[in-house]
Amino acid sequence: MGNFCFMEWNKTYHRRKICVIFAGVALCGVILLGRLVYLMLFRGDYYSELATDLQQRERKIKAARGKILDRNGKVLAGNKSVCTISVIHNQIREPEKVIQMLVKELGLSEERVRKRVEKRTSIEKIQSNVDKETGNRILAYGYDGVKVDEDYKRDYPFEDLASKVLGFTGGDNQGIIGLESIYDQELEGENGLILTTTDARGVEAENIGEERKEPVAGNNLRITMDENIQQFAQQAAAKAYIRKEADSVSVIVMNPSNGELYAMVDYPEFDLNDPFTLTEEYQKEKTDKEDSKEEASSREATDSEDKEQDALNQMWRNHCINDTYEPGSTFKVITATAALEEHVVSLEDSFYCPGYIVVEDRRIRCHKTTGHGAETFVQGIENSCNPVFINVGLRIGADRFYDYFEQFGLLGKTGIDLPGEAATIMHKRENIGLVELATISFGQSFQITPVQLAATVSSIINGGNRITPHFGMQVEDEDGNVVKKFSYETKGRICSEETSKTMRELLEKVVSEGGGNKAAIEGCRIGGKTATSQTLPRSANRYISSFLGFAPADDPRVLVLVIIRNPSGVYYGGTIAAPVAKEIFENILPYLELG
Amino acid sequence: MARKKSRERETAYFDYNLLFIIIFLLCFGLVMLYSSSSYTSANKYGDSAHYLKLQLRNILVGLFPMIFFAKVDYRVWRKLGSFAYLVSFLLCVLVMLPIPGLTRSSHGQSRWLNLGPLSFQPSELAKLAVIIFLAMLIEKIPKSLDKFSSLIKVGLLLIPLLGVVAYSNLSTAVIIFGIAVCMLFVASPKYAQFILVGIGGVAFVVAFIALAQYRSTRVDAWLHPETAGDAGFQTLMGLYAIGSGKLFGKGLGQSLQKMGNVPEAQNDMIFSIICEELGLFGAVCVILLFILLLWRMMIIANNARDLYGALLVSGIMSHIAIQVFLNIAVVTNTIPNTGVILPFISYGGTSLVFLMGEMGLVLSVSRGIRLESMKQGEA
Repeated sequence: MGNFCFMEWNKTYHRRKICVIFAGVALCGVILLGRLVYLMLFRGDYYSELATDLQQRERKIKAARGKILDRNGKVLAGNKSVCTISVIHNQIREPEKVIQMLVKELGLSEERVRKRVEKRTSIEKIQSNVDKETGNRILAYGYDGVKVDEDYKRDYPFEDLASKVLGFTGGDNQGIIGLESIYDQELEGENGLILTTTDARGVEAENIGEERKEPVAGNNLRITMDENIQQFAQQAAAKAYIRKEADSVSVIVMNPSNGELYAMVDYPEFDLNDPFTLTEEYQKEKTDKEDSKEEASSREATDSEDKEQDALNQMWRNHCINDTYEPGSTFKVITATAALEEHVVSLEDSFYCPGYIVVEDRRIRCHKTTGHGAETFVQGIENSCNPVFINVGLRIGADRFYDYFEQFGLLGKTGIDLPGEAATIMHKRENIGLVELATISFGQSFQITPVQLAATVSSIINGGNRITPHFGMQVEDEDGNVVKKFSYETKGRICSEETSKTMRELLEKVVSEGGGNKAAIEGCRIGGKTATSQTLPRSANRYISSFLGFAPADDPRVLVLVIIRNPSGVYYGGTIAAPVAKEIFENILPYLELG
Repeated sequence: MARKKSRERETAYFDYNLLFIIIFLLCFGLVMLYSSSSYTSANKYGDSAHYLKLQLRNILVGLFPMIFFAKVDYRVWRKLGSFAYLVSFLLCVLVMLPIPGLTRSSHGQSRWLNLGPLSFQPSELAKLAVIIFLAMLIEKIPKSLDKFSSLIKVGLLLIPLLGVVAYSNLSTAVIIFGIAVCMLFVASPKYAQFILVGIGGVAFVVAFIALAQYRSTRVDAWLHPETAGDAGFQTLMGLYAIGSGKLFGKGLGQSLQKMGNVPEAQNDMIFSIICEELGLFGAVCVILLFILLLWRMMIIANNARDLYGALLVSGIMSHIAIQVFLNIAVVTNTIPNTGVILPFISYGGTSLVFLMGEMGLVLSVSRGIRLESMKQGEA
């Protein structure tokens, strides 16, 4: 056999070498196995996530936003079904027909539609917020590659009712102002997803089907607002706004004992279903401003967008909470309370008003320039006599007065559940001299928000407990089950029960016998205080007339604050604001079964 | 004489283990080929079995050389070593010339020769030719292989063919070089020289990569496939597929990356689809199957009747080992991307036909084994 071989088949070292090669092969195998283990087990999640991103096309399913309900369950903010129309480039078979159809049904320019249809993207949105009927018609054409996705649009059935309180939502369904913004997290649902697996060309893979993540609807928010009371208040405000050609009219209606707000009007309101269009009132303001600016200098075009935004912000501004003002005589309620608490005055103390009072080197006039003459403290309140209150204020002293200011909660914010509450503008304690003290006593030289005034007076007349004004009542699920109940604890006592009772009686007299008589309703016990304050600069002769009233006077269940800004003609609070409050009382007292 | 014949019959050996592994690999390859290509071929050709049919035809064609090589006594190829080398060299030169109707290029490189209805890559032939040529050469000069200078001489003989192949197809040249080194390693009693050659080989590859412009973008794509854009796309898509497989895979036919994301998933990248569908478990099985195949070849080489057969089998064994591991290394982005197919599984006519021919050769060598020596060898 050996003859057949050309050489001796030296098995020993050849074999060893072959084994070495096989060992090398096995080693390579082990190294690659290690690499595979690393890639597939340790990097598997990373790569499969990337792969899924690549393979799946995502379509959002908008979650229905929770409704806002009034205290009786009436829908103040709801949802309307609308459609979003999009096209999937790779699936379109008849692009021309699709373009023509979309142009016809959506009323868009052909150029715009063509650009989107011909764009090479996996999915291109053509138009959102298309009403349902149009969506159904588009669906009925049955063209490939045209997707009609159901969508929701916020709908406000009462349009401009409480627009500044409710607020509205933006394109992504996010709350922009008001309650929509503050309670965004409660209201917003969780968007769902449709994940469609596609091949590299973007064509939907057959037999794999869609992965759906169902949307979760947002919870409903029930608020303390009463739609009827809001309507009454808003109508009354509108009337006053028109009759007095005012800049704006604010009305706050609340429950003084627990801080629940029944209504908050800041007329003119705007249409919540069209919040980005300036209302007539603000249109005018915008052009006025533009004109004046044009005279000063020629501005760039970009400015006009800023101006537009400025005007919108002005339109959305809720003067009840976003702006401060000098409260004027309504603040005398607080001065009187402080004086009674401090025991520096009794109801029978007598004063004399010559029509002015000299403090240091200043001569401060009373609104009745001829003077009220001799009067008791009670009469001083009825007359809203400045010298009486300056006198009382000086008796309290700057330091103590500041303490009361603090104690009543006037230095802080009320904590109302609306965005952008303005802070009180007040002198520093060490800067309050006698003149400042005198002006503070009758409600000037410092600024608070209307809601702060309403909350503080509420707290004084409700027995002395500081309340938190609020709208939020509870969060409910779709079936009305309470998910979360908001609680607003009182922030402690600010004055004694006795002082509170005295104040209720005094303020009832203001309406029955004093300057608030225009708010009196026969058979109803109403307490209140009027105010007429001149805005800064004093030379402009602009006034804010207001009236703050509550009923029933002995057991206040509802408090109304009316503020008319810059009325033309007669501007006395007792003359123009009190009747507005009276009108509101006349409507809501029977409604609340109080009168 | 009669006694002798009966003894031969008693001890006649045929490596059925190897045959079954080959058949299993081919069938598994068909299944995976269909799985990885059906979606794209249905879209492209309207026939999901387009590639499956072509590959079946390739296997049928490949059966002829396999049976032929298995039947014919391998010792006859001794005389044809130089001839095979010459023919493959000429064909490799021919394929480089742009002759209409005769040569065909793919991916910008001319690699194909049209012969009637069939087209084939001469570089595949070159692998087999080098194995046959070297086995013959080494057997003729066994003693002088002790000297390093004779190794160089053998190397010089291979340079013309290597150069021609490398011009258009670097990866094939690397494979041929690897085969040659392995065969010389088996023949020579030395070790140190080969370590030197190994270092030299690595240096050669690195230099080639650095010099050829289009290949260094591949290096870039290798190091950072995420940011390399188009160059790293195939690699990255393969990694997505491999990573998606995790432990047990998505199940046969469930790959999503094969739907056009991994370009030409039925070719070089088929292993990534195996990983995605069958998971780490399946990938390990495939690697073990190849190791089993190589182990059978090692047994055959160790028990071959003569050095020539041993060298033939070790050459073929190194050929398959290099190709399998290069392919898996490329797919897993362990080394820069280069076009190496996965033997028996990837789609490809020429390579499959030649691989099956090589398997025929190995089976032929196994037939020469006598059982006594087998026992001796295993003892």
